[in-house]
Amino acid sequence: MTTTTGKNPQPSREALQAIDQPLSKAALPRWAPWGVLVLSVVVALAVLLPGGTSAGAVAVLAALLHLVLTAAVSGAKEGSRKAKDRVVTALVTIAFLIAMVPLVSVVWTVVSRGAARFDAQFFTWSMQGVIGEGGGGLHAIWGTVVVTLLAALISVPIGLLTAVYLVEYGARSALARAITFLVDVMTGIPSIVAGLFVVALFALVVGPQMRIGLMGAIALSVLMIPTVVRSTEEMLKLVPNDLREAAYALGVPKWRTIVKVVLRTSVSGIATGVTLAVARVAGETAPLLLTLGLTVGTNFNPFEGRMATLPVFAYYQYTQPGVPAQAGVDRAWTAALVLIILVMALNLFARLISRLFAPKGSR
Amino acid sequence: MSKLIDVSDLNIFYGDFLAVEDVNMTIEPRAVTALIGPSGCGKSTFLRSLNRMHEVIPGARVEGKVVMDGQDLYDKDVDPVSVRQHIGMVFQRPNPFPTMSIYENVAAGVRLNAKRMKKSDLDDLVESSLRGANLWNEVKDRLDKPGMGLSGGQQQRLCIARAIAIRPSVLLMDEPCSALDPISTLAVEDLIGELKNEYTIVIVTHNMQQAARVSDQTGFFNLAGVGKPGKLVEIDSTSTIFSNPSQKATEDYISGRFG
Repeated sequence: MTTTTGKNPQPSREALQAIDQPLSKAALPRWAPWGVLVLSVVVALAVLLPGGTSAGAVAVLAALLHLVLTAAVSGAKEGSRKAKDRVVTALVTIAFLIAMVPLVSVVWTVVSRGAARFDAQFFTWSMQGVIGEGGGGLHAIWGTVVVTLLAALISVPIGLLTAVYLVEYGARSALARAITFLVDVMTGIPSIVAGLFVVALFALVVGPQMRIGLMGAIALSVLMIPTVVRSTEEMLKLVPNDLREAAYALGVPKWRTIVKVVLRTSVSGIATGVTLAVARVAGETAPLLLTLGLTVGTNFNPFEGRMATLPVFAYYQYTQPGVPAQAGVDRAWTAALVLIILVMALNLFARLISRLFAPKGSR
Repeated sequence: MSKLIDVSDLNIFYGDFLAVEDVNMTIEPRAVTALIGPSGCGKSTFLRSLNRMHEVIPGARVEGKVVMDGQDLYDKDVDPVSVRQHIGMVFQRPNPFPTMSIYENVAAGVRLNAKRMKKSDLDDLVESSLRGANLWNEVKDRLDKPGMGLSGGQQQRLCIARAIAIRPSVLLMDEPCSALDPISTLAVEDLIGELKNEYTIVIVTHNMQQAARVSDQTGFFNLAGVGKPGKLVEIDSTSTIFSNPSQKATEDYISGRFG
């Protein structure tokens, strides 16, 4: 069945020789990038120090100098391809450092200011009867835990089953495409809208001025469901079709195949996705501000009465600190610190889960 | 245990596209039937239609009859799930379940269907299936290790053990050796020779020597051109097909003068 069409064109001998290049070339020593960096910093300091300066200005000038010097030195000695490589490496590193600035700055600020009240009293006291100094965030910690767990309880089954429908049953149907589109739209709705939706819903069904933990959990699950659906969907799509067919060929019904093979194989990814979604909504403020309000005492019952949560607690302690003001501001920072620790713990937990459930062995 | 399958006027579709046209054949019990033919001629599609795995693909459907034991497998009241419990299948690429150990993989047909079975009975089933697949001696000391940790050839034999652990009447094999080295291929071919004492075996292969080595009867599939449906050109005893085929196309394909 193979047919040859004319001659196979061959490049001329001269053209091949032009491509031919020596195998070894001049190279800069290994310490060269660091040398250039030190040089750029020194020059930047020398230029800017006399007129009085800030660390930021020195960093910016040093970075620019570093790029220019790298290009010049490497271009002169090693040729243009190596020079491009070095410049792009430097650019990527600088971009990484810029991305790290806000992260490090936030963590540093919150830790340094939150440390003041990061004591036993903060974890054992609520704000019941506390005016001025002292008091703690126990009620807010419990509120966040209860509301977030309840939100997960609502959104995980819905999200998981939606994803199973989309991948295993819907396939290419119009309904599945519509759901995918709406889920994408839902991913983008502002959290305050979720809060307003729940307030409006409860005002219609139960009556106005309702503030209970369940409302906050529903508002959070509105935000959480799309994330759970998306991450689960991606994980289910990763399960090779071979495994489904292997199960079908053993005479296993479809639903058992989904539960025992597809979900079992992807459980580590799904659990990670769910935990990250929980971590993401745990820090939401706006919808909780609308739906939960704030209390000073600990309330474990999400079906009755207002509940305090860490973000809302931090917001109120900062905006209405009372007298003396510093006590409230300190409590706000500590609440923020506890929230960050909670979210970080959830992230670590997600990694642990994905490690524990991951399929063992490899090809 | 093994059974005869009678296929008559079978047309296999993907949506509106007719993939395989008008197949008539009788698959003999306690024998190996090999299906050969060029790529895309519908051998695998035909094989998958024998245990109703074809319809797993969206839009795929079948017209005609596949009769086993006097029962048309495509009858309205036939449950595809129970068809697959009687007709097992081994795939081209080894596909052990990655979350399961060697033991669990072999026991998957029982465990996934939540059949109740005593631990000692299950142990016996796993051992006899692994022995049946010539794998017992290699894995008996590490049954609790992941199935994915085995070599490719061992994985394929694990999949065969998994398929025969549900005690099917018929075993379908879709190019079971195409991803294996010659030594593993030899192991699987020896295994096929032993298995045919108990099972009806249908094997799709691209390797004509393999078809000649392992099979009792051989069917040759061909297609008239790109976009045309595949057809069963002829089916006869393997020695006849390879020495004295009745069709010119078969002779051309076997002697390598194809196309």
